[in-house]
Amino acid sequence: MAETLDLSIYVKRQDDGTAHLDLAVEGIDCAACIDEIEGGLCRLPGIVDARLNYTNHRLAVEWRDGELSPAHVVEELRRLGYRAHPFRSRLVEEEEARRAQWLLKCLAVAGFASMNIMLLAVSVWSGNVTDITPETRDFFHWLAALIALPAAAYAGQPFFKSAMNALRNGRTNMDVPIVIGILLALTMSVVETINSAEHTYFDSVVMLLFFLLCGSYLDQAMRRKTRAVASNLASYRSEVAHRIEENGEVVLMPTAALKAGDRVLVRPGERISVDGIVLSGSSEVDESLVTGETAHRPVKVEGQVYAGSMNYNGTLTLRVTAAGKGTLLDEVERLLENAAAAKSRYVQLADRVAKIYAPVVHAAAALTAIAWIATGSSVHDALITAIAVLIITCPCALALAVPVVQVVASGALFRAGVFLNAGDAFERLAKVDTVVFDKTGTLTLPTMSVINAGELDPALLEAAARLALSSHHPLASAVAQSAQNRQPHETVVEEPGKGVRTSVDGAEMRLGSPAFCNAEDLAQKAAAADPTASIIAFSWGEKRTVLLVRQALRPDAVAVVIELRERGFDCRILSGDRPEAVAPVAEALGIAMWRGGCNPAGKIEALEGLKAEGRKVLMVGDGLNDAPALAAAHVSLSPISAADLTQAHADAVFLGDKLRPVLDTIDISRRAHSLMRQNLGIALVYNLIAVPLAFLGYVTPLVAALAMSGSSTLVTLNALRARGRTPSPQPEAAPVPPSPAMQGA
Amino acid sequence: MEVLIYLVPMALLLGLTGLAAFMWSLKNGQYDDVQGAAFRVLSDDDIRK
Repeated sequence: MAETLDLSIYVKRQDDGTAHLDLAVEGIDCAACIDEIEGGLCRLPGIVDARLNYTNHRLAVEWRDGELSPAHVVEELRRLGYRAHPFRSRLVEEEEARRAQWLLKCLAVAGFASMNIMLLAVSVWSGNVTDITPETRDFFHWLAALIALPAAAYAGQPFFKSAMNALRNGRTNMDVPIVIGILLALTMSVVETINSAEHTYFDSVVMLLFFLLCGSYLDQAMRRKTRAVASNLASYRSEVAHRIEENGEVVLMPTAALKAGDRVLVRPGERISVDGIVLSGSSEVDESLVTGETAHRPVKVEGQVYAGSMNYNGTLTLRVTAAGKGTLLDEVERLLENAAAAKSRYVQLADRVAKIYAPVVHAAAALTAIAWIATGSSVHDALITAIAVLIITCPCALALAVPVVQVVASGALFRAGVFLNAGDAFERLAKVDTVVFDKTGTLTLPTMSVINAGELDPALLEAAARLALSSHHPLASAVAQSAQNRQPHETVVEEPGKGVRTSVDGAEMRLGSPAFCNAEDLAQKAAAADPTASIIAFSWGEKRTVLLVRQALRPDAVAVVIELRERGFDCRILSGDRPEAVAPVAEALGIAMWRGGCNPAGKIEALEGLKAEGRKVLMVGDGLNDAPALAAAHVSLSPISAADLTQAHADAVFLGDKLRPVLDTIDISRRAHSLMRQNLGIALVYNLIAVPLAFLGYVTPLVAALAMSGSSTLVTLNALRARGRTPSPQPEAAPVPPSPAMQGA
Repeated sequence: MEVLIYLVPMALLLGLTGLAAFMWSLKNGQYDDVQGAAFRVLSDDDIRK
């Protein structure tokens, strides 16, 4: 009987006697899934409501408390053919959702205001050259003021806040000149309205706000989409553990529900999902996902084990320790703090431009006022012209230049299977000249596979693979992957520590240690030829063979590394694994510069050395031991199978079994970076033309409106080119390797 | 031109109604699942049960 998972910590009980559960659902690919899932669940007794969000693949289920267990819901979904994972939205995501809604509201207000004010403004412009009466014009101007002032006060909030923040920290950013421009334009327009003058700039102000808000909303929406997918993936991976209750009963529950001090049972072949101290039992653990070391480490009572390690041959009872208490974790945390502090804060391209731009613009405005007064104009005329200079230079195109490219380029990355954590990563990625890889889990696949499959008799391999389905040993699961017939044999005996055996058509079939299968001679020969691979033996009647199992290289690793080198990137390997295990990989990839046996501090040291040579390093790594190096590198990438802490410190995360995304990421970033610079160039050229016109007093509100929307459109259209001509498709839908920890979830 | 005195405010009022409707729909969660809404309109879930 399958164990049921205790999901009660994910259930929210509501006041009206219903219980609520959020699930992230895998395998939704068409519209029919909506009906199938909702209809199927509604047939369960006790269900009040089931609603699937097709956009982010999340399902909200409500039922009358007590009539149904949450595990039932998950079970029913599995019967329908969908894997569902309990989901708890993270704080960051809720925060982002609130901000997105707020931006959308601001955008709506700015849109409403700009349309209505434009209606009034166009009437005034056409009236000014025909026969509008001053009374009608004043009436229109007052109406415009009535709309523009509250609208700007509401819709301008994102910019006011950002500018205030920057000023308070003694910095300046793009929003400072924007806010100054907006405030001065509004003040001047109100004064001009009172003086019943011909021109006001209310329409320019709200249109500016509308364009800028479009930019920031798109930026936000893209990041939110990426984050939603990433947190769905995180919940797909959410792990479970067997907790030992006070009364000795063993209950399967999500690791999120465990507390420090709980006792947890780990069976052979299971992945350890918590950090802990061994209370009883002894075993060997494979810590390759944690430290990169592929040789197994024996653990005894009082020994420390880390989440992500694979337990090999013995049953362990662990006491859960609070995160960050282990010796390795302590070191990683300490190094992370240092790395973050040492990394000089990268100043974004746009902010660097703003730093120069704002003083220049403000000086130009002041100069205009002085020049006009000096040539004998009234103070009033001089001020109006100076403010017109500020309005026309209000960095609409400049403020859109970078974010629009970021939005389009992160969309392109998203299609290539790469999720961006940091928006400014493009600029850093574009400058990379050295790529440093971790070995285990990055250049190699995180799961084991049979490396000599090509040399074996296919019939024997198939028979071994089918038999391996019945074993719980981690090496056996690597063999089982190649089984065509996924149906295990009916009577299989598992001999702990030795292997599995069954009999087929009168002949005995065995899979396990070489001694168990009487294949020690073959094993010795194989071990001499390839000392780093693990060996499994298989015998079927008289026929015997040995299977070599190891973490294989990612399928396209060689091609990608060669292409990177051809393009002039310096590729290196920094691994935590033994040098003799790193050497063959480096040789296969043709990488001359490699180091094995690096601890986290050693990796940082090596990166510092490269930095001192003036190199910009892209670090690609996945293990917990890589987290500090990822934070210390100029920019970093990690595969989706990486440890949580590691992913959090990477600038981008890529999906799938291939290494290709590394190349795509660099390509897309380079293109994006050159487009950003082009866009900034367009914006500057626009200013070079517009400022002299404004200086001479030729800028009427009509000219301002045309110039502003014209330059914004140009910049946006240019940014669309970041989509690229060949969006290299990623056909396979990022297979998530089924881990033993997912049983029941 | 006196007609403007009430025509323009009326136009504004219409615009404001639109804005209010948008705000309501936003608050109501109408934009939470934009892709799903496109398919749901075609399904016959109202005759289920």
